[in-house]
Amino acid sequence: MHMADALISPAVGGAMWAVSAGLIGYCSKKVKEDLDERKVPLMGVMGAFIFAAQMINFTIPATGSSGHLGGGLILAILLGPYAAFLVISSVLVVQALFFADGGLLALGCNIFNLGFFPAFVAYPLIYKKIVKDSASPGRILTGSLLAAIIGLQLGAFGVVLETLCSGITSLPFTTFVALMQPIHLGIGIVEGLVTAAVVSFVWKANPEILDLKASTAPSPIMHARQVAIVLLVAAAFTGGFVSWFASEHPDGLEWAIEKVTGKEELENAYNIQDALAQLQEKSAFLPDYSLKVSEAAAAQPGQDQDPRLGTSVSGIVGGFFTLCLAVLVGFALKKRSAGSW
Amino acid sequence: MSHHIVELKNLTYVYPDGTTGICDASVRITHGESVAIIGPNGAGKSTLLLHLNGFLWPSSGSVRIGDAPLTKETIRDVRRTVGMVFQDPDDQLFMPTIHDDVAFGPYNLGLPNEEVEERVNSALSRMGIMHLKDKPPYRLSAGEKRRAAIATVLSMMPDILVMDEPSTGLDPFGRRQLIGILKEFTHTKIIATHDLDLVADLCERAIIIHDGRIKADGPTADIFRDEALLHECGLEKPFSMQSCPICSPVPKP
Amino acid sequence: MADIARSFNDLNFLDHLSTGNSFLHRLDPRVKLLTVMGFIFAVVSFPRYEISSLLPFFFFPAVMIPLANIPVRYLMRKYLFLLPFAVLIGIFNPIFDREPFAFIGPLAVSGGMISFLSILIRFTLTILAAFILVAVTGFNGICLALKRFKVPEVFCVQLMMLYRYIFVLSSEAVKMARARELRSFGRKGQGIKPYVSLIGHLLLRTWDRARRVHTAMLSRGFHGKFYMRRPLALKASDVIFCLAWLFLFIVFRLYDIPAVIGEILTGAVA
Ligand SMILES: Nc1ncnc2c1ncn2[C@@H]1O[C@H](COP(=O)(O)OP(=O)(O)OP(=O)(O)O)[C@@H](O)[C@H]1O
Ligand SMILES: [Mg+2]
Repeated sequence: MHMADALISPAVGGAMWAVSAGLIGYCSKKVKEDLDERKVPLMGVMGAFIFAAQMINFTIPATGSSGHLGGGLILAILLGPYAAFLVISSVLVVQALFFADGGLLALGCNIFNLGFFPAFVAYPLIYKKIVKDSASPGRILTGSLLAAIIGLQLGAFGVVLETLCSGITSLPFTTFVALMQPIHLGIGIVEGLVTAAVVSFVWKANPEILDLKASTAPSPIMHARQVAIVLLVAAAFTGGFVSWFASEHPDGLEWAIEKVTGKEELENAYNIQDALAQLQEKSAFLPDYSLKVSEAAAAQPGQDQDPRLGTSVSGIVGGFFTLCLAVLVGFALKKRSAGSW
Repeated sequence: MSHHIVELKNLTYVYPDGTTGICDASVRITHGESVAIIGPNGAGKSTLLLHLNGFLWPSSGSVRIGDAPLTKETIRDVRRTVGMVFQDPDDQLFMPTIHDDVAFGPYNLGLPNEEVEERVNSALSRMGIMHLKDKPPYRLSAGEKRRAAIATVLSMMPDILVMDEPSTGLDPFGRRQLIGILKEFTHTKIIATHDLDLVADLCERAIIIHDGRIKADGPTADIFRDEALLHECGLEKPFSMQSCPICSPVPKP
Repeated sequence: MADIARSFNDLNFLDHLSTGNSFLHRLDPRVKLLTVMGFIFAVVSFPRYEISSLLPFFFFPAVMIPLANIPVRYLMRKYLFLLPFAVLIGIFNPIFDREPFAFIGPLAVSGGMISFLSILIRFTLTILAAFILVAVTGFNGICLALKRFKVPEVFCVQLMMLYRYIFVLSSEAVKMARARELRSFGRKGQGIKPYVSLIGHLLLRTWDRARRVHTAMLSRGFHGKFYMRRPLALKASDVIFCLAWLFLFIVFRLYDIPAVIGEILTGAVA
């Protein structure tokens, strides 16, 4: 599942962006060092392949629903971890931009969840260990199945953690996990089966394809493991920090803004409000709609929640007005641009 | 590499799945020759051409371009000498715009910017696609793509021009233009095609391939006159050499 | 099948929009990328229960969409297609968060409802921003910007090639899927066996194509470096565009403008 911008906080999105950007940098360096320049066009074209393959569906037996190839694992098998990670990232970039599948800020999370786990955990630590150098349909099947399931379970768990750390959803941890993990078990099984079938197909038709990577990439397992450890630690640390931050300061940025701007800011705001208060006495044309301000809210206007209770109607009116204004501006510009361009 | 000789000796190529693409082919093409490779679908024309720039390596036999045999060491120079137009233009247009595609080769040759631009403009205008300069390749028609693919090779100014079915998808005018351009090109030309009229117009020598084997190699006029041979290889005389059954009586001995 | 063709056409159309020639299209891709990222960052930085402060951000799409000549109907269609997804990710909030949070007259609204609405608004704003970015910048523009932002060349190049070959391979996939459709009756033939063979063949063909492309690149002297014309140079208009929007986003972020307007209109004094 792709995470969306709507559920994410800047701290989590930013942190995962940093992690994913680091990984992209590292993998790019690796691919360049291997100097297998054949890989660059191959990577691009394979990314397009994953894209095209995802457009084609099949019917999942016994369920009647349809599925498609995710592609992370098969890319790792065909291209090796570094190139595969870059290609998965690119596919996600295109999906985010053109199909709003996951958002631009959530891209870091999505790249990590859907790229890191298959390329640096599932493939080197599971698939490779099972298939080794002696590919056979049985091994390919076991390896793909296990690797896909574990990769997707980890990815799904990543989604849960990142979403909860962001604090936009109200889903409790247990419910979220109980929801995500079984769904992704199903997805993982299907992904594993399809990956195994396609890999076996290719292996029979042209074994060279599977050899290409083996012969060029000097066994990335050791590096991959190091990277895995470093990154897992980093992720755990970031996750821990972010969730602490989120619980201490339910509104991180607000808190930061206050820190940065200090008291002055707030006083200014009050001055503005005083001025506005005078202004509005003259201009209010909807005074009857002013709401019943609850006692508590009136008594403590400085508190976080209470003024909101008090101002909800004026908020609605103001919000409506703002939206109308935005739409009007849009229409005006549309008219103008229709005329002049 | 002064002579630009192309020489295949007992070339055999077997695809990984066991299909024999080309079998025991020997050809020698000297500088300035214009040679057509003809034969029905699946005969092995593309397979043969793909050996000339090292896309395929012979299963047995050898390839020589210029002075040196084609090896991993010489391949870089060979690729610079041989300009190849692939059968599928999509393989050749990989950059975001046509301009970038045509400029790709000259830049890699290390030419200064102005000269690159000059070559790009000249190649584009010779192919009549100046107006497509800034378009992405996937927004072109089949014929426009073909022209662009040829332009990418022309901008390299190769010594040997190898083309796999260059006239497919071109309208009659485009085809005429192409023939004109190829006539101007005085170096070696090797053209695989089904367009026998183009062959009759352009190539003094023709090689017939059938089932992966070279069936005939000689002056085009002679080959086109040998109806039994053409028939055996599943080919037909070019229209320009067929007498019109309406306006001229069938020549009967 | 209709699905494949649809997403392919969608991509095509969005790509087509990016070839426009409005003022926005001519801006440097870097400032557009920065502006949109700033926008998204500001939008998602609000706490869970925020609604009114988010609304001024609609000015961004409201200004950009007409200026970029993006057809509203097309955007609407795309948006409505995605809406169920937004509902799905937000629907848990009203279920799990039932504490009354605000009152509209006698009506109590739960925190979950508020945050649900907030999620829908965030969703709308962020996906509109992404579409606007592509429609006025184009994918290759974005790649160029990335390259200028020091994203490794290997990554940018394969990203660009990916985009280039999406068009080739998708139409190949569409053709193959159509052939499968024509020869399969009802659900039969959509199963896993023909699927694997279809995907397998597509993969083999892709592999060969990648090799041919690589040969074509080598034939033209490729040695690992990509040259591109179009040197990017920031103009005054680029800088003004970016700074003006970022300034507005900061103002929108710091001041709850609708609340202020609402107070003026309703006379509710804080
Ligand atoms: N990638 C491949 N794998 C296996 N066999 C192949 C492959 N490509 C071509 N062949 C086979 O090799 C033989 C020669 O094919 P080739 O593409 O050279 O024919 P051609 O003369 O160019 O035909 P056309 O006129 O259709 O282009 C054919 O029998 C074909 O089936
Ligand atoms: Mg051919």
